[in-house]
Amino acid sequence: MGIEVVVEGLTKSFGKQNIWQDVSLTLPAGEVSVMLGPSGTGKTVFLKSIIGLLKPEQGRVLINGVDMVNSPERDIMETRKLFGLMFQDGALFGSMSLFDNIAFPLREHTRKKESEIRRIVMERIDIVGLLGAEGKLPGEISGGMRKRAGLARALVLDPQIILCDEPDSGLDPVRTAYLSQLLIDLNAQIDATMLIVTHNLDIAATVPDNMGMLFCRNLVTFGPREVLLTSDTPVVSQFLAGRREGPIGMSEEKDAATLAAEQLADTVPLPAGPRTVVPQLEPSPGMPVRQGALRRRERVMSMMGQLPEAARRAILDSYAPAAGGARA
Amino acid sequence: MTAPMPVRPPEPPEKPPSAALGKAPVRARPSRLLAPLRETGKLFALAVAVARAIFRRPFQVREFIEQFWFVASVTILPAALVSIPFGAVIALQVGSLTQQLGAQSFTGGASVLAVIQQASPLIVALLISGAAGSAICADLGSRKIREELDAMEVMGVSPIQRLVVPRVLATMLVAVLLNGLISVVGTLGGYFFNVIMQDGTPGAYLASFSALAQLPDLYISEFKALIFGFIAGIVAAYRGLNPRGGPKGVGDAVNQSVVITFMLLFFVNMVLTAIYLQIVPAKGS
Repeated sequence: MGIEVVVEGLTKSFGKQNIWQDVSLTLPAGEVSVMLGPSGTGKTVFLKSIIGLLKPEQGRVLINGVDMVNSPERDIMETRKLFGLMFQDGALFGSMSLFDNIAFPLREHTRKKESEIRRIVMERIDIVGLLGAEGKLPGEISGGMRKRAGLARALVLDPQIILCDEPDSGLDPVRTAYLSQLLIDLNAQIDATMLIVTHNLDIAATVPDNMGMLFCRNLVTFGPREVLLTSDTPVVSQFLAGRREGPIGMSEEKDAATLAAEQLADTVPLPAGPRTVVPQLEPSPGMPVRQGALRRRERVMSMMGQLPEAARRAILDSYAPAAGGARA
Repeated sequence: MTAPMPVRPPEPPEKPPSAALGKAPVRARPSRLLAPLRETGKLFALAVAVARAIFRRPFQVREFIEQFWFVASVTILPAALVSIPFGAVIALQVGSLTQQLGAQSFTGGASVLAVIQQASPLIVALLISGAAGSAICADLGSRKIREELDAMEVMGVSPIQRLVVPRVLATMLVAVLLNGLISVVGTLGGYFFNVIMQDGTPGAYLASFSALAQLPDLYISEFKALIFGFIAGIVAAYRGLNPRGGPKGVGDAVNQSVVITFMLLFFVNMVLTAIYLQIVPAKGS
């Protein structure tokens, strides 16, 4: 079972520029969470802070009792072995073949025999669909392949926590859909806590149990997916609909004048009524039941009272036997 | 008919000013004047971290051998080629000087002392920082900007232990061995030029070796080379691990690494020489 990640009051600045402040959230153990946000809102910085690569000025990130911000370097190094991080462009070692890249964590952290390593690595290469390319150097393959190789490397130590930095960028829609399914299947198999940082709406709508959104130096909201998907907070609904009208501008925030002008101009109205919530992806047939989903059901049911009306309805719909009949 | 327009989200709470009041002394803006001191401090911190990581298991044997071979292969030939004319120049210069003083019989000892104690460690410094240090710095720097080092750290592998320690040890070992090579080649070159070109007597040349030179001269020479190798490795690693943004930053880092190493090594050489001359009595006296 995965590990819970607790983030408390995290604040990060680069020099005078504040990236985000006072971000608090909990990634429930074994569940899949997505962090949304327009480009440049510090999503990647957030990921790197969770794993301790960047040190926020305030707040803490608790994993198994270790604070990834302030604990001694030795503890942080040890805790990092629980992580698998998929970098935006793979971050593969340029001088090693794909096979050696993926085998790297095994060779560093385990005393497995080379035949054993070969078996595990080939299995992971097969999962991400890179069979036949294992002898190539990272410079010789496409960006999408590098990304998948990066995912394979992140998976090779059977991590408890998987962080994905924009798994979709550089992938075509079909591969993105496969990747979404792959992430869900993985979660069903190893029950790892997952955090996906993305601005891809398909992934956001179908993959996660929980969703959050960063905007304007703040965490707008974090909670069960239905809360965000049905939310009528302007930022969230603008982002999910991919519209120009709303508080998000080309540079991160629009200035008041643009917004006022927009108010006056004729704009296409948002489709009326509550948005429909797309059903979440299920593990492929033959995969075990997602333990995380079962735990989440209990958790969400117990917090029903605090959720907004629309979210409550969406949750009940999704858990109604007719709608989600296949669910165990 | 139109849907209610989305409203601008509330401004983020204006915390920083009030928070800054309480913390102003702690996070005062660093002065630019202190920047060199800060860099020096970080360099020392890296040196200490590397020195501690040397003794941490597991030792990266493979990486060490690869780096050793690489550093040796880029430095051996230039070292030998530089040391012959260098030994010759010193022999000729010292030879002509002793001739004027009428102390020809000491030419050998004097030129050998100059080669072993000064020329040889300095040639090592030039080659280790110029050939090996620049390559190490460029390698680490490009890995850094491609996020490879971050990836390594995320996998719970310390780049210092995995990459920097083997490189620093490799430069140290190569420096010591290279120093021996240069001493021998330089001395032979000096002998050749003195005996053949200046009609010195081979017997007097060799006899003055043992009259003026002593074993501690060789020790200090090798000790210098060891220290130079360490400093060159650390500075190259430090600049490589902290490039300032993008490929251009890596280029700048390499440039700075070579310049900084040169300055540091010549300064350290001066200090070590001064100390040595104070504590080890000269043989002739």
